[in-house]
Amino acid sequence: MRIACPHCGERSLDEFLYSGDATVRRPDFASPTAMDEFIAYTFERTNPAGPHRELWYHAAGCHAWLVVTRNVATHAISSVEPARDVALAGKPETKDGA
Amino acid sequence: MPSTHYSIFSVLREALRGHTGWGPAWRDAEPKAEYDVVIVGGGGHGLATAYYLAKHYGPLSIAVVEKGWIGGGNVGRNTTIVRSNYLLPGNIPFYELSMKLWEGLEQDLNYNAMVSQRGVLNLYHSDAQRDAYARRGNAMRLHSVHADLLDQAAVRRMVPFLDFENARFPVQGGLLQRRGGTVRHDAVAWGYARGADRLGVDIIQNCEVKGFRREGGRVTGVETSRGTIGTKKIGMAVAGSSSRVAAMADLRLPIESHVLQAFVSESIKPFIDGVVTFGAGHFYISQSDKGGLVFGGDLDGYNSYAQRGNLPVVEDVLEGGMALMPRIGRVRLLRHWGGIMDMSMDGSPIIDTTPVEGLYLNAGWCYGGFKATPASGYCFAHLIARDEPHPVARAYRLDRFATGHAIDEKGMGPQPNLH
Repeated sequence: MRIACPHCGERSLDEFLYSGDATVRRPDFASPTAMDEFIAYTFERTNPAGPHRELWYHAAGCHAWLVVTRNVATHAISSVEPARDVALAGKPETKDGA
Repeated sequence: MPSTHYSIFSVLREALRGHTGWGPAWRDAEPKAEYDVVIVGGGGHGLATAYYLAKHYGPLSIAVVEKGWIGGGNVGRNTTIVRSNYLLPGNIPFYELSMKLWEGLEQDLNYNAMVSQRGVLNLYHSDAQRDAYARRGNAMRLHSVHADLLDQAAVRRMVPFLDFENARFPVQGGLLQRRGGTVRHDAVAWGYARGADRLGVDIIQNCEVKGFRREGGRVTGVETSRGTIGTKKIGMAVAGSSSRVAAMADLRLPIESHVLQAFVSESIKPFIDGVVTFGAGHFYISQSDKGGLVFGGDLDGYNSYAQRGNLPVVEDVLEGGMALMPRIGRVRLLRHWGGIMDMSMDGSPIIDTTPVEGLYLNAGWCYGGFKATPASGYCFAHLIARDEPHPVARAYRLDRFATGHAIDEKGMGPQPNLH
Protein backbone atom coordinates (compact mmCIF):
# COMPACT_ATOMS: atom_id res chain seq x y z
CA MET A 1 0.00 0.00 0.00
CA ARG A 2 1.37 3.40 -1.04
CA ILE A 3 -0.30 6.76 -0.61
CA ALA A 4 -0.10 9.43 -3.31
CA CYS A 5 0.37 12.59 -1.27
CA PRO A 6 -0.95 15.58 -3.27
CA HIS A 7 2.16 17.54 -2.32
CA CYS A 8 4.91 14.89 -2.41
CA GLY A 9 3.74 12.22 -4.84
CA GLU A 10 3.44 8.51 -4.17
CA ARG A 11 5.16 7.56 -0.94
CA SER A 12 5.64 4.46 1.21
CA LEU A 13 3.14 3.71 3.93
CA ASP A 14 5.75 4.07 6.68
CA GLU A 15 5.96 7.84 6.07
CA PHE A 16 2.36 8.23 7.25
CA LEU A 17 0.52 8.06 10.55
CA TYR A 18 -3.08 6.91 10.70
CA SER A 19 -5.71 8.83 12.59
CA GLY A 20 -8.93 6.94 11.91
CA ASP A 21 -12.38 7.68 10.55
CA ALA A 22 -12.61 11.09 8.84
CA THR A 23 -16.40 11.18 8.82
CA VAL A 24 -16.95 11.71 12.54
CA ARG A 25 -17.30 15.41 13.37
CA ARG A 26 -16.97 17.08 16.75
CA PRO A 27 -20.51 17.86 17.94
CA ASP A 28 -21.73 21.21 19.18
CA PHE A 29 -21.11 21.32 22.93
CA ALA A 30 -24.14 23.58 23.38
CA SER A 31 -26.52 21.06 21.89
CA PRO A 32 -29.10 19.73 24.40
CA THR A 33 -28.05 16.18 23.46
CA ALA A 34 -24.34 17.02 23.48
CA MET A 35 -23.44 14.23 25.93
CA ASP A 36 -24.84 11.47 23.72
CA GLU A 37 -23.37 13.06 20.61
CA PHE A 38 -19.91 13.28 22.19
CA ILE A 39 -20.08 9.64 23.30
CA ALA A 40 -20.93 8.58 19.73
CA TYR A 41 -18.24 10.89 18.32
CA THR A 42 -15.55 9.58 20.66
CA PHE A 43 -16.32 5.86 20.73
CA GLU A 44 -18.71 4.65 18.03
CA ARG A 45 -17.59 3.90 14.50
CA THR A 46 -19.39 2.67 11.39
CA ASN A 47 -16.35 0.49 10.57
CA PRO A 48 -17.53 -0.39 7.04
CA ALA A 49 -16.05 -3.29 5.08
CA GLY A 50 -15.75 -1.24 1.89
CA PRO A 51 -14.86 2.36 1.04
CA HIS A 52 -13.66 4.23 4.13
CA ARG A 53 -12.88 7.96 4.49
CA GLU A 54 -9.94 8.26 6.84
CA LEU A 55 -7.32 10.71 8.10
CA TRP A 56 -3.62 10.19 7.45
CA TYR A 57 -0.78 12.51 8.53
CA HIS A 58 2.30 12.74 6.33
CA ALA A 59 4.65 12.71 9.32
CA ALA A 60 7.87 11.89 7.46
CA GLY A 61 7.03 14.17 4.54
CA CYS A 62 5.21 17.44 4.14
CA HIS A 63 3.29 17.22 7.46
CA ALA A 64 -0.02 17.58 5.65
CA TRP A 65 -3.20 16.03 7.00
CA LEU A 66 -4.91 14.05 4.27
CA VAL A 67 -8.37 12.58 3.77
CA VAL A 68 -7.85 9.26 2.03
CA THR A 69 -10.70 7.21 0.57
CA ARG A 70 -9.63 3.59 0.71
CA ASN A 71 -11.46 0.30 0.27
CA VAL A 72 -10.57 -1.47 3.51
CA ALA A 73 -11.43 -4.88 2.03
CA THR A 74 -8.82 -4.54 -0.74
CA HIS A 75 -6.55 -1.65 0.43
CA ALA A 76 -7.21 0.08 -2.93
CA ILE A 77 -7.06 3.89 -2.60
CA SER A 78 -9.50 5.84 -4.75
CA SER A 79 -8.75 9.41 -3.68
CA VAL A 80 -6.35 11.46 -1.56
CA GLU A 81 -7.32 15.03 -0.70
CA PRO A 82 -5.70 17.57 1.62
CA ALA A 83 -7.82 17.58 4.78
CA ARG A 84 -7.73 21.38 4.69
CA ASP A 85 -9.52 21.43 1.34
CA VAL A 86 -12.12 18.99 2.63
CA ALA A 87 -12.70 21.17 5.70
CA LEU A 88 -12.83 24.43 3.72
CA ALA A 89 -15.20 22.96 1.16
CA GLY A 90 -17.41 22.38 4.19
CA LYS A 91 -19.05 19.52 2.45
CA PRO A 92 -20.98 17.68 5.08
CA GLU A 93 -19.51 14.23 5.55
CA THR A 94 -22.09 11.53 5.93
CA LYS A 95 -21.83 9.46 9.04
CA ASP A 96 -21.86 6.29 6.99
CA GLY A 97 -18.58 6.96 5.23
CA ALA A 98 -18.05 7.64 1.57
CA MET B 1 -23.45 -41.14 15.29
CA PRO B 2 -21.46 -39.42 18.05
CA SER B 3 -17.72 -39.59 17.54
CA THR B 4 -15.61 -42.19 19.32
CA HIS B 5 -14.37 -41.52 22.85
CA TYR B 6 -10.63 -41.02 22.47
CA SER B 7 -8.40 -43.08 24.76
CA ILE B 8 -5.43 -45.42 24.69
CA PHE B 9 -7.92 -48.23 24.10
CA SER B 10 -9.52 -46.56 21.08
CA VAL B 11 -6.06 -45.90 19.65
CA LEU B 12 -5.07 -49.56 20.14
CA ARG B 13 -8.36 -50.81 18.71
CA GLU B 14 -7.98 -48.66 15.62
CA ALA B 15 -4.33 -49.63 15.25
CA LEU B 16 -5.43 -53.27 15.09
CA ARG B 17 -8.06 -52.63 12.43
CA GLY B 18 -6.06 -50.30 10.23
CA HIS B 19 -7.70 -47.06 11.38
CA THR B 20 -10.91 -47.84 9.55
CA GLY B 21 -13.22 -47.05 12.47
CA TRP B 22 -12.58 -43.37 13.15
CA GLY B 23 -15.79 -41.51 12.32
CA PRO B 24 -16.00 -37.78 11.67
CA ALA B 25 -15.27 -35.77 14.83
CA TRP B 26 -18.52 -33.82 14.37
CA ARG B 27 -21.61 -34.04 12.17
CA ASP B 28 -22.11 -31.75 9.17
CA ALA B 29 -25.55 -30.61 10.34
CA GLU B 30 -28.41 -29.27 8.23
CA PRO B 31 -30.21 -26.24 9.68
CA LYS B 32 -33.52 -26.96 11.41
CA ALA B 33 -36.44 -24.53 11.36
CA GLU B 34 -36.02 -23.47 14.97
CA TYR B 35 -33.55 -23.54 17.86
CA ASP B 36 -33.58 -22.26 21.43
CA VAL B 37 -30.24 -20.50 20.82
CA VAL B 38 -28.35 -19.68 17.63
CA ILE B 39 -24.68 -18.76 17.92
CA VAL B 40 -23.41 -16.71 14.99
CA GLY B 41 -19.75 -17.46 14.33
CA GLY B 42 -18.07 -20.87 14.38
CA GLY B 43 -14.72 -19.71 15.68
CA GLY B 44 -13.19 -20.59 19.02
CA HIS B 45 -15.47 -18.29 21.03
CA GLY B 46 -18.69 -19.33 19.29
CA LEU B 47 -17.93 -23.05 19.57
CA ALA B 48 -16.87 -22.70 23.21
CA THR B 49 -20.10 -20.81 23.93
CA ALA B 50 -22.18 -23.58 22.35
CA TYR B 51 -20.24 -26.22 24.27
CA TYR B 52 -20.66 -24.59 27.69
CA LEU B 53 -24.32 -23.73 26.98
CA ALA B 54 -25.05 -27.37 26.19
CA LYS B 55 -22.94 -28.65 29.06
CA HIS B 56 -24.08 -26.39 31.89
CA TYR B 57 -27.40 -24.86 30.88
CA GLY B 58 -29.15 -27.60 28.91
CA PRO B 59 -31.27 -29.16 27.76
CA LEU B 60 -31.33 -26.58 24.96
CA SER B 61 -31.44 -26.94 21.20
CA ILE B 62 -28.42 -25.00 19.96
CA ALA B 63 -27.01 -24.24 16.52
CA VAL B 64 -23.71 -22.63 15.54
CA VAL B 65 -23.90 -20.97 12.13
CA GLU B 66 -20.63 -20.22 10.35
CA LYS B 67 -20.15 -18.34 7.09
CA GLY B 68 -17.10 -20.39 6.06
CA TRP B 69 -15.74 -23.44 7.80
CA ILE B 70 -15.05 -23.73 11.50
CA GLY B 71 -11.60 -22.73 12.61
CA GLY B 72 -10.91 -20.78 9.41
CA GLY B 73 -10.78 -17.37 11.07
CA ASN B 74 -8.73 -15.97 13.91
CA VAL B 75 -8.72 -19.18 15.98
CA GLY B 76 -6.52 -20.67 13.26
CA ARG B 77 -4.50 -17.50 12.65
CA ASN B 78 -3.14 -16.49 16.06
CA THR B 79 0.23 -17.15 17.68
CA THR B 80 -1.25 -19.70 20.15
CA ILE B 81 -0.17 -17.90 23.35
CA VAL B 82 -2.18 -18.27 26.55
CA ARG B 83 -1.53 -16.23 29.71
CA SER B 84 -3.34 -14.31 32.44
CA ASN B 85 -0.76 -11.63 33.29
CA TYR B 86 -3.11 -8.65 33.27
CA LEU B 87 -3.08 -5.53 35.40
CA LEU B 88 -6.62 -4.26 35.93
CA PRO B 89 -9.21 -5.75 38.31
CA GLY B 90 -11.80 -6.02 35.50
CA ASN B 91 -9.46 -8.25 33.53
CA ILE B 92 -7.39 -10.44 35.87
CA PRO B 93 -10.17 -12.69 37.29
CA PHE B 94 -11.60 -13.24 33.80
CA TYR B 95 -8.30 -14.24 32.22
CA GLU B 96 -7.41 -16.34 35.24
CA LEU B 97 -10.68 -18.27 34.84
CA SER B 98 -9.62 -18.81 31.24
CA MET B 99 -6.20 -20.06 32.37
CA LYS B 100 -7.84 -22.53 34.77
CA LEU B 101 -10.16 -23.76 32.03
CA TRP B 102 -7.15 -24.25 29.73
CA GLU B 103 -5.52 -26.33 32.44
CA GLY B 104 -8.45 -28.77 32.47
CA LEU B 105 -9.51 -28.41 28.86
CA GLU B 106 -8.18 -31.61 27.36
CA GLN B 107 -9.72 -33.85 30.01
CA ASP B 108 -12.97 -31.93 29.80
CA LEU B 109 -13.17 -32.16 26.00
CA ASN B 110 -11.52 -35.59 25.63
CA TYR B 111 -9.36 -33.94 22.98
CA ASN B 112 -5.61 -33.32 22.74
CA ALA B 113 -5.24 -29.56 22.40
CA MET B 114 -1.51 -29.72 23.18
CA VAL B 115 -1.85 -27.36 26.16
CA SER B 116 1.75 -26.59 27.07
CA GLN B 117 2.45 -24.44 30.14
CA ARG B 118 5.94 -23.54 29.05
CA GLY B 119 5.99 -20.06 30.63
CA VAL B 120 5.51 -16.53 29.32
CA LEU B 121 8.43 -14.17 29.93
CA ASN B 122 7.93 -10.42 29.39
CA LEU B 123 11.31 -8.68 29.28
CA TYR B 124 12.03 -5.25 30.70
CA HIS B 125 14.72 -2.92 29.47
CA SER B 126 14.73 0.06 31.85
CA ASP B 127 14.22 0.86 35.52
CA ALA B 128 10.84 2.40 34.75
CA GLN B 129 9.71 -0.69 32.91
CA ARG B 130 10.91 -2.89 35.78
CA ASP B 131 8.75 -0.86 38.16
CA ALA B 132 5.75 -1.19 35.82
CA TYR B 133 6.23 -4.96 35.65
CA ALA B 134 6.65 -5.18 39.44
CA ARG B 135 3.32 -3.40 39.72
CA ARG B 136 1.72 -5.79 37.25
CA GLY B 137 3.17 -8.81 39.05
CA ASN B 138 1.89 -7.49 42.38
CA ALA B 139 -1.57 -6.88 40.90
CA MET B 140 -1.59 -10.46 39.67
CA ARG B 141 -0.51 -11.81 43.07
CA LEU B 142 -3.25 -9.79 44.77
CA HIS B 143 -5.66 -11.79 42.60
CA SER B 144 -3.92 -15.09 43.48
CA VAL B 145 -2.23 -15.36 40.08
CA HIS B 146 1.42 -16.26 40.48
CA ALA B 147 4.11 -14.10 38.88
CA ASP B 148 7.89 -13.93 39.28
CA LEU B 149 9.98 -10.81 38.72
CA LEU B 150 13.34 -12.00 37.39
CA ASP B 151 16.63 -10.11 37.36
CA GLN B 152 19.05 -10.26 34.47
CA ALA B 153 20.97 -13.26 35.85
CA ALA B 154 17.79 -15.32 36.13
CA VAL B 155 16.77 -14.40 32.58
CA ARG B 156 20.26 -15.32 31.34
CA ARG B 157 19.83 -18.79 32.79
CA MET B 158 16.52 -19.24 30.93
CA VAL B 159 17.32 -17.67 27.56
CA PRO B 160 21.09 -17.16 27.33
CA PHE B 161 21.04 -16.21 23.65
CA LEU B 162 19.36 -12.79 23.97
CA ASP B 163 21.27 -9.61 23.19
CA PHE B 164 21.56 -8.67 26.88
CA GLU B 165 24.06 -5.85 26.35
CA ASN B 166 22.19 -4.21 23.48
CA ALA B 167 23.39 -0.58 23.60
CA ARG B 168 19.93 0.94 23.37
CA PHE B 169 17.68 -1.67 24.97
CA PRO B 170 19.73 -3.83 27.37
CA VAL B 171 17.73 -6.73 28.84
CA GLN B 172 17.52 -6.00 32.58
CA GLY B 173 15.15 -8.79 33.55
CA GLY B 174 11.62 -9.98 33.05
CA LEU B 175 8.22 -10.79 34.50
CA LEU B 176 7.51 -14.50 34.24
CA GLN B 177 4.17 -16.27 34.40
CA ARG B 178 5.15 -19.93 34.57
CA ARG B 179 1.59 -21.18 34.05
CA GLY B 180 1.28 -19.34 30.74
CA GLY B 181 2.29 -21.03 27.53
CA THR B 182 0.89 -22.18 24.22
CA VAL B 183 -2.04 -24.28 22.99
CA ARG B 184 -2.50 -25.85 19.56
CA HIS B 185 -4.98 -23.32 18.15
CA ASP B 186 -6.74 -25.44 15.50
CA ALA B 187 -7.23 -28.22 18.03
CA VAL B 188 -9.11 -25.78 20.25
CA ALA B 189 -11.66 -25.16 17.50
CA TRP B 190 -11.87 -28.86 16.66
CA GLY B 191 -12.05 -29.95 20.30
CA TYR B 192 -14.85 -27.54 21.14
CA ALA B 193 -16.69 -28.45 17.91
CA ARG B 194 -16.49 -32.13 18.75
CA GLY B 195 -17.42 -31.53 22.38
CA ALA B 196 -20.43 -29.42 21.39
CA ASP B 197 -21.50 -31.90 18.73
CA ARG B 198 -21.41 -34.76 21.24
CA LEU B 199 -23.80 -32.73 23.40
CA GLY B 200 -26.21 -32.35 20.48
CA VAL B 201 -25.22 -28.92 19.12
CA ASP B 202 -25.76 -28.52 15.35
CA ILE B 203 -22.67 -27.01 13.70
CA ILE B 204 -23.81 -25.54 10.38
CA GLN B 205 -20.98 -24.49 8.07
CA ASN B 206 -21.14 -22.45 4.84
CA CYS B 207 -24.14 -20.67 6.33
CA GLU B 208 -23.82 -16.88 6.16
CA VAL B 209 -26.04 -14.62 8.26
CA LYS B 210 -27.86 -12.12 6.03
CA GLY B 211 -30.07 -10.40 8.57
CA PHE B 212 -32.02 -10.61 11.80
CA ARG B 213 -35.79 -11.02 12.08
CA ARG B 214 -37.25 -8.77 14.74
CA GLU B 215 -40.68 -8.14 16.17
CA GLY B 216 -41.35 -5.34 18.63
CA GLY B 217 -37.68 -4.77 19.40
CA ARG B 218 -36.86 -8.42 20.04
CA VAL B 219 -35.27 -11.02 17.78
CA THR B 220 -37.40 -13.82 16.39
CA GLY B 221 -34.96 -15.40 14.00
CA VAL B 222 -31.94 -15.14 11.80
CA GLU B 223 -31.91 -15.04 7.99
CA THR B 224 -29.10 -17.04 6.50
CA SER B 225 -27.84 -18.16 3.10
CA ARG B 226 -29.41 -21.54 3.96
CA GLY B 227 -32.82 -20.24 4.94
CA THR B 228 -34.43 -18.57 7.91
CA ILE B 229 -33.88 -20.08 11.36
CA GLY B 230 -36.32 -19.18 14.11
CA THR B 231 -34.92 -18.46 17.57
CA LYS B 232 -35.48 -16.19 20.56
CA LYS B 233 -31.80 -15.88 21.49
CA ILE B 234 -28.88 -15.08 19.21
CA GLY B 235 -25.29 -14.92 20.42
CA MET B 236 -22.91 -13.01 18.16
CA ALA B 237 -19.25 -14.07 18.29
CA VAL B 238 -17.89 -12.91 14.96
CA ALA B 239 -14.66 -11.08 15.93
CA GLY B 240 -13.49 -8.89 13.03
CA SER B 241 -16.94 -8.91 11.43
CA SER B 242 -18.69 -7.63 14.59
CA SER B 243 -19.51 -4.18 13.19
CA ARG B 244 -20.92 -5.64 9.98
CA VAL B 245 -23.15 -8.20 11.68
CA ALA B 246 -24.25 -5.72 14.37
CA ALA B 247 -25.18 -3.24 11.61
CA MET B 248 -27.80 -5.79 10.46
CA ALA B 249 -29.48 -5.13 13.82
CA ASP B 250 -28.96 -1.35 13.45
CA LEU B 251 -26.26 -1.26 16.12
CA ARG B 252 -23.14 0.89 15.89
CA LEU B 253 -20.32 -0.55 18.00
CA PRO B 254 -17.28 1.00 19.71
CA ILE B 255 -15.10 -1.19 17.48
CA GLU B 256 -12.79 -0.83 14.49
CA SER B 257 -11.50 -3.78 12.47
CA HIS B 258 -7.72 -3.88 12.06
CA VAL B 259 -5.30 -6.34 10.51
CA LEU B 260 -2.67 -8.12 12.62
CA GLN B 261 0.05 -10.18 10.98
CA ALA B 262 1.69 -13.34 12.30
CA PHE B 263 4.73 -15.20 11.10
CA VAL B 264 6.29 -18.64 11.15
CA SER B 265 9.82 -19.63 10.20
CA GLU B 266 11.18 -22.86 8.78
CA SER B 267 11.54 -25.65 11.36
CA ILE B 268 14.71 -25.68 13.40
CA LYS B 269 15.96 -27.75 16.32
CA PRO B 270 14.60 -26.95 19.82
CA PHE B 271 15.76 -23.43 20.61
CA ILE B 272 13.20 -21.36 22.54
CA ASP B 273 11.37 -23.37 25.18
CA GLY B 274 8.85 -20.76 26.32
CA VAL B 275 7.19 -17.58 25.11
CA VAL B 276 9.46 -14.51 25.13
CA THR B 277 8.29 -10.95 24.54
CA PHE B 278 10.47 -7.93 23.76
CA GLY B 279 9.60 -5.00 26.03
CA ALA B 280 11.26 -2.26 24.00
CA GLY B 281 9.40 -2.89 20.79
CA HIS B 282 6.49 -5.12 19.98
CA PHE B 283 7.73 -8.64 19.31
CA TYR B 284 6.74 -11.96 20.82
CA ILE B 285 8.05 -15.38 19.92
CA SER B 286 7.71 -19.04 20.76
CA GLN B 287 8.65 -22.27 19.03
CA SER B 288 6.02 -24.73 17.90
CA ASP B 289 6.38 -28.44 18.57
CA LYS B 290 7.05 -28.82 14.84
CA GLY B 291 10.09 -26.56 15.25
CA GLY B 292 8.94 -23.38 13.53
CA LEU B 293 9.48 -20.07 15.28
CA VAL B 294 6.04 -18.48 15.67
CA PHE B 295 6.12 -14.74 16.16
CA GLY B 296 4.30 -11.47 15.72
CA GLY B 297 4.22 -7.81 16.61
CA ASP B 298 2.06 -4.74 16.16
CA LEU B 299 -1.12 -4.18 14.22
CA ASP B 300 -0.64 -2.66 10.79
CA GLY B 301 -2.44 0.30 12.34
CA TYR B 302 -5.22 1.15 9.90
CA ASN B 303 -8.77 -0.18 9.40
CA SER B 304 -8.75 -3.35 7.32
CA TYR B 305 -10.91 -6.33 6.46
CA ALA B 306 -8.35 -7.71 4.01
CA GLN B 307 -6.78 -10.54 6.09
CA ARG B 308 -3.37 -9.56 4.77
CA GLY B 309 -1.00 -6.83 5.81
CA ASN B 310 1.72 -4.65 4.35
CA LEU B 311 5.50 -4.69 4.33
CA PRO B 312 6.35 -1.86 6.79
CA VAL B 313 5.02 -3.95 9.69
CA VAL B 314 6.83 -7.07 8.43
CA GLU B 315 10.03 -5.03 8.55
CA ASP B 316 9.20 -3.61 11.99
CA VAL B 317 8.48 -7.04 13.51
CA LEU B 318 11.65 -8.56 12.06
CA GLU B 319 13.72 -5.61 13.32
CA GLY B 320 12.30 -6.20 16.80
CA GLY B 321 13.29 -9.85 16.56
CA MET B 322 16.80 -9.02 15.42
CA ALA B 323 17.26 -6.47 18.22
CA LEU B 324 16.26 -9.06 20.80
CA MET B 325 17.83 -12.27 19.50
CA PRO B 326 20.27 -11.63 16.63
CA ARG B 327 20.88 -15.32 16.09
CA ILE B 328 17.49 -15.79 14.40
CA GLY B 329 18.79 -13.62 11.54
CA ARG B 330 19.68 -16.53 9.31
CA VAL B 331 16.46 -18.46 9.86
CA ARG B 332 14.22 -18.21 6.82
CA LEU B 333 10.65 -16.96 7.04
CA LEU B 334 8.25 -19.65 5.90
CA ARG B 335 4.86 -17.93 5.94
CA HIS B 336 3.11 -14.84 7.17
CA TRP B 337 -0.57 -14.03 7.18
CA GLY B 338 -3.12 -11.61 8.58
CA GLY B 339 -6.23 -11.82 10.70
CA ILE B 340 -8.92 -9.21 11.30
CA MET B 341 -9.08 -7.98 14.89
CA ASP B 342 -12.17 -6.46 16.46
CA MET B 343 -10.30 -3.60 18.16
CA SER B 344 -12.42 -2.01 20.87
CA MET B 345 -12.01 1.57 22.01
CA ASP B 346 -10.31 0.64 25.29
CA GLY B 347 -8.53 -2.58 24.31
CA SER B 348 -10.88 -4.75 26.39
CA PRO B 349 -13.70 -7.05 25.27
CA ILE B 350 -17.48 -6.76 25.42
CA ILE B 351 -19.69 -9.62 26.67
CA ASP B 352 -23.11 -8.09 27.13
CA THR B 353 -26.73 -7.83 26.12
CA THR B 354 -27.61 -5.28 23.43
CA PRO B 355 -30.47 -2.78 23.00
CA VAL B 356 -32.09 -5.46 20.80
CA GLU B 357 -33.76 -7.94 23.13
CA GLY B 358 -32.53 -11.48 22.59
CA LEU B 359 -29.36 -10.40 20.76
CA TYR B 360 -26.20 -10.96 22.79
CA LEU B 361 -22.80 -9.55 21.92
CA ASN B 362 -19.37 -11.11 22.34
CA ALA B 363 -16.81 -8.82 20.66
CA GLY B 364 -13.93 -6.41 21.02
CA TRP B 365 -11.25 -9.04 21.69
CA CYS B 366 -8.57 -6.98 20.01
CA TYR B 367 -5.59 -9.26 19.51
CA GLY B 368 -6.06 -11.09 22.82
CA GLY B 369 -8.96 -13.29 21.87
CA PHE B 370 -7.29 -16.67 21.68
CA LYS B 371 -6.18 -16.91 25.31
CA ALA B 372 -9.69 -15.87 26.34
CA THR B 373 -11.48 -18.57 24.33
CA PRO B 374 -12.60 -20.86 27.19
CA ALA B 375 -13.67 -18.09 29.59
CA SER B 376 -15.29 -16.13 26.80
CA GLY B 377 -17.44 -19.13 25.90
CA TYR B 378 -18.10 -19.91 29.56
CA CYS B 379 -19.21 -16.36 30.44
CA PHE B 380 -21.13 -15.79 27.19
CA ALA B 381 -23.04 -19.03 27.77
CA HIS B 382 -23.88 -17.82 31.29
CA LEU B 383 -25.11 -14.48 29.94
CA ILE B 384 -27.26 -16.06 27.23
CA ALA B 385 -28.78 -18.66 29.56
CA ARG B 386 -29.34 -16.47 32.62
CA ASP B 387 -29.66 -12.97 31.15
CA GLU B 388 -27.14 -11.71 33.68
CA PRO B 389 -23.37 -11.39 33.41
CA HIS B 390 -21.05 -14.01 34.83
CA PRO B 391 -19.34 -12.53 37.96
CA VAL B 392 -15.87 -12.41 36.33
CA ALA B 393 -17.17 -10.76 33.14
CA ARG B 394 -19.26 -8.07 34.82
CA ALA B 395 -16.95 -5.27 33.71
CA TYR B 396 -17.25 -6.10 30.00
CA ARG B 397 -20.32 -3.95 29.45
CA LEU B 398 -21.26 -2.41 26.13
CA ASP B 399 -22.22 0.89 27.81
CA ARG B 400 -18.98 1.27 29.78
CA PHE B 401 -17.67 3.91 27.37
CA ALA B 402 -20.69 6.10 27.98
CA THR B 403 -20.52 5.69 31.76
CA GLY B 404 -16.78 6.24 32.08
CA HIS B 405 -15.90 2.68 33.09
CA ALA B 406 -13.50 1.89 30.25
CA ILE B 407 -10.92 -0.83 31.00
CA ASP B 408 -7.84 0.60 29.36
CA GLU B 409 -4.89 -1.74 30.17
CA LYS B 410 -2.46 0.32 28.14
CA GLY B 411 -3.82 3.76 28.94
CA MET B 412 -4.05 4.68 25.27
CA GLY B 413 -7.50 6.27 25.22
CA PRO B 414 -10.02 5.67 22.43
CA GLN B 415 -7.40 4.89 19.76
CA PRO B 416 -8.04 1.31 18.60
CA ASN B 417 -4.88 1.18 16.47
CA LEU B 418 -2.70 1.83 19.54
CA HIS B 419 -4.01 -0.85 21.91
